Amino acid sequence: MQKEELLQKLSVCVEKGKADQATPTPPDMKGMIGASEITQQLLDLEVSPDDILSKGLIPGMKRIGDLYGEGKAFVPHLLLAARAMNGCLALLKPYFDAGDLERKGTFIIGTVKGDLHDIGKNLVKAIIEGSGWEVIDLGTDVSSDKFIKAIEENPNAAVGLSALITTTMVNMESIVSDIRSRFPENKILIGGAPVTLEYCDKIGADFFSLYPQEASEYLDSL
Amino acid sequence: MNNMSKIKDRILEKGTLVSDGAWGTFIHQKGLTAEESPEEWNLTRPDDIYDVASSYVKAGADMILTNSFGGSPFKLAPYGLEEKVYEINKAAAEISKRAAGNDVLVFGSVGPTGKILMMGEVSEQDMFDGFVKQMKGLIDGGADGIIIETMSDMDEARVAMRAAKSVTDKEVICTFTFSLTPANEYRTMMGTSPAETVDMLLAEGADIIGANCGNGTAGMIDIVKEIRKVNSDIPVLVHANAGMPVLREGISFFPETPVEMSVQIRELIAVGANIVGGCCGTTPEHISRIVDVVKSSK
Repeated sequence: MQKEELLQKLSVCVEKGKADQATPTPPDMKGMIGASEITQQLLDLEVSPDDILSKGLIPGMKRIGDLYGEGKAFVPHLLLAARAMNGCLALLKPYFDAGDLERKGTFIIGTVKGDLHDIGKNLVKAIIEGSGWEVIDLGTDVSSDKFIKAIEENPNAAVGLSALITTTMVNMESIVSDIRSRFPENKILIGGAPVTLEYCDKIGADFFSLYPQEASEYLDSL
Repeated sequence: MNNMSKIKDRILEKGTLVSDGAWGTFIHQKGLTAEESPEEWNLTRPDDIYDVASSYVKAGADMILTNSFGGSPFKLAPYGLEEKVYEINKAAAEISKRAAGNDVLVFGSVGPTGKILMMGEVSEQDMFDGFVKQMKGLIDGGADGIIIETMSDMDEARVAMRAAKSVTDKEVICTFTFSLTPANEYRTMMGTSPAETVDMLLAEGADIIGANCGNGTAGMIDIVKEIRKVNSDIPVLVHANAGMPVLREGISFFPETPVEMSVQIRELIAVGANIVGGCCGTTPEHISRIVDVVKSSK
C-alpha cells in the first residue's frame, strides 16, 4: 500500500478510535488492523515520523475534535480517539527522545484546587496532545504552587486550568493571579462547564472556549 | 397519608407531586469549602444538613432527597472517607427521614462515580459493589427509595439500576442530565438522547425516569416532550436548574427567580412531568412557589 494511502488510513483509525487490530470498535472495522499497526508499517517503510504525526495522527484528532465541537461526536469518541493516538505516540517516542521529532510546544494542564473532576481536563489534554503538543498533566486538585513548579521546569509552557463546579471555579482567580505574579508572559487558558468569556476577562486569563478544538487552534496561533 | 404508600400511588392520588430543590448550593452557603466533602457533613454537621432537608419539607415538597449525591466510595475516597461509605449514607437517610416526618417521602440520592466504564477506569463489578454499599446505607437509614441522578453514561446507569434492585424492593428513580448540543439536539455528554434512556431504564425496572440539572425549566419542557414521544405511561420526574448560570460580581449565579421558574412549571406539567422540583440554584422559595402552582392547577 502506498505511503499516502496508509497515512490517510491512519488518520481514519485515529478519528474512529480504532487503536489496534484487537479494538472491537467501530463495528465496521472489526478485525481490521488499527492505528498502531499502521504506524509500525509506516515506520518500517521509513516514512518520516514527522509525516506520521502531521499527516496521520494530527488530522485524525482534528476531525474528531471538530465533530465534537459541532455536537456530532461525544466524550467517548474523543477518549477512544485519544487512546488510539497515544498508542501511536508510544511508537514514536524514540524519535521524540532522539530529537528527530519535535513537539509544537509544551502545555501544562490541571483541574484547580478543590475540584476532583477530570473528564473535561482529559478531553482537552487529548485534543492538545493530538495536535502535536507535549502535555504535562498535573491531575486534579492542583494548587498554585504545583502549577508554578511545573512552569519553572518548563518556562515556555502555556497553562490550562479546568473546573467543573461553580464553587471551585472561583479558585481559578487566585491561581491565575499567583501564576501571573511569577510568570507574566505565559499564556493561561481556562475552561469548564461554569466558565464564561466574561469570567476569563475578569480574572485576566488569556483564553476561554467551550470547545477543546478551539483551545488547540489558539495554542497553534501563538 | 400512610407513610408506606408508594410514590407512584401518590401520583395517582394527588396528580402532580413536588420534589425538593438544590442541596449543594445550599450547603455551600452554610460554609462548606471546596476542600471538604459535602457528604461528610452528615456526620460532622448533621444539624446543618437537617436544616436543608427540613426547609424543603416546610416549603411543601411531597418528597425530598438526601445529602448523599457524592456518597459512592469513588467520590469519598479522595477525601479519605472510603471506610465511611455506609455510615455517611445511612446518616444521610436518617437526617432526611427525621426532617420528612410521616407524610413526606425520602429518596436516597446517588450520583455518578466520575469513572468511565468503557475506558476501563473501573470494572463493572467494582462499580456495582460501590453502589451497593452506598445504597445499603441509604436503605438502612430509612430511605423510601433510591434516586440515581445526573447520569450521562448508559452503562453506569444500568449498573446503578442493577445495584439498586439488588439492595431493595422499594421504588427506584433514575434521571439523566442532557444539554443542548451545537447541533441543536438534547444529548448527555456521552451522546445519549432522552428517548434512548427510556427503553433501557424500563428494561432495568425503573419506577420513575426523567431529567435533572444541565437545563433551566425551558430546556426541561423540550426534554419531557421527547420522553413522552416514546412513552406516555412511565412517571417522569424533573429537577431543573434555576436557569443557566451567569456571572454576577465574579461569582457564578443561577438567575431564574422563584416566580420566573414557577410560571414555566405549568407547561412542564402540561407536557407530561409528574414530579417537579429543582436542581442547582433552586431554593426553598422556588419549591414553595412550585407548590402553589401545582395546587392552583388542580
